Amino acid sequence: MIALRRLLRDPVACFGLLLVLGALFIALFAPWIAPYPEDAYESHIMQRLRPPSAEFPFGTDNLGRDILSRVILGTRSALVVAVAVVGASLLIGVPIGLLAGWRDGWLSDVLMRLTDVFLAVPQLILALALGQLLAPGLSTAMLALALTYWPFFARTVYAETRRLRTALFVDALAGIGASTTRILLLHVLPNAAPAILIRATIGMGFTILTAALLGFLGVGAAPPSPDWGLAVAEARQHLPEAWWFPTFPGLAILLLVLGFNLLGDGLRDIADPRLRRSRH
Amino acid sequence: MARYILRRVLLALPALFGLVLLTFVLTRVIPGDPAATLAGDSATPAQIADIRARYGLDRPIWEQALVHVKQVLTGDLGSSIFSGRPVIEEIGFRLPATLELTFFALFLATAIGIPLGVVAALNHNGPVDQLVRLISVGGLAIASFWLALMLQLVFAMEWDVLPLRGRVEVELGTPPLRTGFLLIDSLLAGRLDQFRDALWHLVLPAVTLCLPGLASIARFTRSGMLEMLQKDFVLYARAAGYGRFRLYAIYVLRNAVTVTVTQIGLLFGALISGAVAVEAIYDWPGLGTYAVQAILSADYKALLAVTLVVGVVYAAVNVLVDVVQALVDPRVAEDIR
Repeated sequence: MIALRRLLRDPVACFGLLLVLGALFIALFAPWIAPYPEDAYESHIMQRLRPPSAEFPFGTDNLGRDILSRVILGTRSALVVAVAVVGASLLIGVPIGLLAGWRDGWLSDVLMRLTDVFLAVPQLILALALGQLLAPGLSTAMLALALTYWPFFARTVYAETRRLRTALFVDALAGIGASTTRILLLHVLPNAAPAILIRATIGMGFTILTAALLGFLGVGAAPPSPDWGLAVAEARQHLPEAWWFPTFPGLAILLLVLGFNLLGDGLRDIADPRLRRSRH
Repeated sequence: MARYILRRVLLALPALFGLVLLTFVLTRVIPGDPAATLAGDSATPAQIADIRARYGLDRPIWEQALVHVKQVLTGDLGSSIFSGRPVIEEIGFRLPATLELTFFALFLATAIGIPLGVVAALNHNGPVDQLVRLISVGGLAIASFWLALMLQLVFAMEWDVLPLRGRVEVELGTPPLRTGFLLIDSLLAGRLDQFRDALWHLVLPAVTLCLPGLASIARFTRSGMLEMLQKDFVLYARAAGYGRFRLYAIYVLRNAVTVTVTQIGLLFGALISGAVAVEAIYDWPGLGTYAVQAILSADYKALLAVTLVVGVVYAAVNVLVDVVQALVDPRVAEDIR
């Protein structure tokens, strides 16, 4: 609660929160908000590539579909992908970080070297390779993103666990006979939660960007889905005539990612006020 | 220092070995049946079996792993399924183009990012600081492929002041191949027109690519500076009458950028990933376009090689960065674990 109040006092972080909540609202009620919800799949060749007007505020695309509607409909998949990927990365990364951070020994070494290996491959290249080796598509892209993002959580949780395991209260808990599982799950994990939450918020923005890029490169969402990255890719052949075609889906990506980044920034300030929105 | 460099290189080896194994796992275990992928959709079971035998895919898995490691260590990454040429040769031809682009972008990011961070820290919480904050958060939120398209739209299509795509104008020709870096090769050949042309072609891709890096570098420099400005030695130096510029630009900055330097190494990975998108849009003949081509033509040998080469370059850059950091801050070399 205190954290929320502090967050609300930071105007820039508030703006981020507003963007994220707005996107959430749009995603939930997309079919009712979009002026032409059927344009997710229908095309109207007769009205293709119309510039922005009162009828179509963002113009129409190469198949005559309303771009505003498609931007609104695309919000849902962008958020679903981000939540799924970050969720899966948490499920892999957090246990590995906890385990490796708690004990010294060969298991800890092996786990952290494994994390280093995954970190040593640039994420996009690995995602592309996976996307190609499995069948290209949205679910593959999501799997690839999760497989390449978990090391960041493992690193974060590892560092936190290392820090906490020498804490006095952990010694005290062990002294009164609390089991390792109990200490890790009920005491270490909640104390590491702020760091994990910040990582997750930034991860959301990062995942949305990378997923859009995979869509753009043709190994993510497939047509005719109203994916933002895909829309920018489709727009490429219609430049410079149809400037509105790539502009608005790209702005949607920018705003949503900006929202998550500003929010993550604000959360970081609260967790560590000493740094005053400075550390990455 | 020499001992430190040696240790740092040795520390990178396990990660590289892991990378070789990872690429093996990627090709042999996850995709189900690479032989079927290779043979294509319409292949008969006999054809698939033939391919399996030819590529040694019918051998036990540990034997395949050994063969894979041996091939990688001897630089034999196989031939492209698409062009039939050795992938290592094709990559060697394209790697300099990507490196030229990424290094130039990294240079821009550092040359602009560090001063921005310093100015922001000196104006803590002032309007300049807020502006830098906006740039540093916004720069990380822009999709590079979209920014590339928008810059192309404005600067190349509408205003026509910068080249739309490619690395050189065809009619100017290319300088004789020495380093593969066009900026260097054209100077070595004494062709200033080619140098200028190469530089013009580099502007838009490099600007697109440098933005996220610039954002991170400005951010880290700012936080490092803020931390240092609170130190007693700064107060002492001010009291002793040191000029502000000399104090900030030399003593404070040098202490503040150590974190930034580590960050630059990590950034390099992000830059290489970003290069894939940027190259694809500006038709830059580097590893990125190669990787995308490999994907489109299902050329898993080529893709595998790209993954490996990029991983090695990434590891090398990180070693280099650690060495630079040790030079900037000699304490680093002493307490390596």
